Amino acid sequence: MEPIEIIEGPVSVLDRSDVDTDQIIPKQFLKRVERTGFGEFLFYDWIRDGEIELEPNPILVSGRNFGSGSSREHAVWALGQFGFKAVVAPSYSDIFYSNCTKNGFLPVVLDEAECRSLAESGHGRIHLEEQVVSWDGGEAHFEIDPEIKRRLLGGLDDIALTMQDEDRIDAFESGPGGSYGPETTALA
Amino acid sequence: MAKTMFEKIWEAHEVRDDLIYIDLHLVHEVTSPQAFEGLRMNGRRLRRPDKTVATADHNVPTDGTPVAKMIADTLSRKQVETLEANAAEFGVPIFSLGSETQGIVHVIGPELGLTQPGMTIVCGDSHTSTHGAFGALAFGIGTSEVEHVMATQTLVQRRPKTMRINYRGRLAEGVTSKDLILATIGRLGTGGMTGHVVEYAGEAIRNLTMEQRLTVCNMTIEGGGKAGMIAPDEVTYEYMRGRPGVPDDFPAAIERWNGLPTDAGAEFDREVEIDATAMSPMVTWGTTPGMVTQVTDRVPDPEAMDSPADRESAERALQYMDLEAGTPMEEIRPERVFIGSCTNSRISDLREAAEAIKGRRVADTVRAMVVPGSALVKSQAEQEGLDRIFEEAGFEWRGAGCSMCLGMNPDILIEGERCASTSNRNFEGRQGKGGRTHLVSPTMAAAAAIEGHFVDIRNWS
Ligand code: SF4
Repeated sequence: MEPIEIIEGPVSVLDRSDVDTDQIIPKQFLKRVERTGFGEFLFYDWIRDGEIELEPNPILVSGRNFGSGSSREHAVWALGQFGFKAVVAPSYSDIFYSNCTKNGFLPVVLDEAECRSLAESGHGRIHLEEQVVSWDGGEAHFEIDPEIKRRLLGGLDDIALTMQDEDRIDAFESGPGGSYGPETTALA
Repeated sequence: MAKTMFEKIWEAHEVRDDLIYIDLHLVHEVTSPQAFEGLRMNGRRLRRPDKTVATADHNVPTDGTPVAKMIADTLSRKQVETLEANAAEFGVPIFSLGSETQGIVHVIGPELGLTQPGMTIVCGDSHTSTHGAFGALAFGIGTSEVEHVMATQTLVQRRPKTMRINYRGRLAEGVTSKDLILATIGRLGTGGMTGHVVEYAGEAIRNLTMEQRLTVCNMTIEGGGKAGMIAPDEVTYEYMRGRPGVPDDFPAAIERWNGLPTDAGAEFDREVEIDATAMSPMVTWGTTPGMVTQVTDRVPDPEAMDSPADRESAERALQYMDLEAGTPMEEIRPERVFIGSCTNSRISDLREAAEAIKGRRVADTVRAMVVPGSALVKSQAEQEGLDRIFEEAGFEWRGAGCSMCLGMNPDILIEGERCASTSNRNFEGRQGKGGRTHLVSPTMAAAAAIEGHFVDIRNWS
């Protein structure tokens, strides 16, 4: 994962709420078994039908409940591979937000008015360490979980970090918690 | 200290701060290939194949294609074959196309007794919330997290907030658990539960059967909820008894599970009260599950909405759906009817729909299909003769899978077609590009198939 420090540049605007992951990357492109090659299919139906136009700028601004619906991480891959590095919106679905952070893609929460000003200014700068978004004529602080921030700043890989604690997982498994639930291999 | 059910399960699974142990990992063909590939690239093993199970559901054709290698669509075939090869390589048990126990991942978990109270369950699929109906903590994850669980059997998670929805009174005759959850989302909004694990409680919930409870928890994600849960009780245990995956010492397990329900006096971050007695059969009119109204109502007028964002979304939705504000919902005429999906494709759903249509014919203007949620549901239904009832009425009777819920397989709507669907999402293009979806309960869908338009099931005979 690439570390994130500052994301700066022109802003693309998608002025809609409840943008779901079925729109971000329609299902016909989910049949790939690779992690790459999704960028060109971003918002495929909306773009192809001429409903929206999007430039691959570093920052995308959109409406509330962005990334709702399906858990498909392909949505984040598509946004990143298209060229975006961060998305700014008033709220996100939980799974989409989490998927972003696992891919070094920065989801920023600003309120509706702040999103609108940023969109209108057309150019923004996101400073992750300071948790500040600034644009021509304004700036706003944003919240982010400290642990998520640490991992994004360092470009740290979750799996490698967890594996450093393998002895604690071993210990958990040999305790009472390890025996919970069915043994799937006994069924097949 | 008094604890919620969520807290009890969470605390029993904390390996360390923000790291929880996963008891069951469900895997399907669409969100797993990149995760398996990640393991291979890093030379990692899959830590606990015995806590993992795979099935093929999203991509599989429902026309009776017997094995993966005969799937006509090249990319779908490759994805299912990749799943089979990965399962073999990493030692994961798999129920693929052609298996007696193949089916939609959220249907087979409960049906095989794999889903049990008190467990943590994840899957690379947002409708994993379904399994919470057993008093489990179950939620959807992305592919990076799928890989994390494969490698470590744990998940990095911040403790979510808790919310309880208390339903007062009972549902009226003809009003189903599908209507209950649609009405709830309509009221709270598609982001109304975001960041929260939601416990559904109260008389209306206690009175639901296990399969009806699954429908409620299934659609938690449509309200933005992290997970939905319902306290286990006799209904839960009765449903589980005798299923293959349940503990050998069932009475001892029940004793443990009886400690799970939320203690009196435990605190939630948020509590909501909803009157269940006033609920009616529901039909969605727009392109999110929150755009929903009673069948006796009319298509709402965007002009009458308070917020500009709502107004704009509603206008766009009506345009996409080709609907006029003020049209009575009962005058809307679907051309397709789909009974299926992890929301409503279990045996009781099929029994109810079959009962409603027995001896009648599907309207000339409608093409209707029934897709059982699993191969086991299918064979059970056939034993009961439900397939004949459907076929005699003019429904197509299909093989198990996700089918037209998401149109990733040959079952799709064509541009402009309008569908009454028992699934969970009415997003633009969800069932096929340009397709228009109205979400309803199985009996409402069945009745719409017969009449050629929506009807109020309560006074339909
Ligand atoms: S039936 Fe639909 S919602 Fe359920 S798992 Fe399949 S595609 Fe997802």
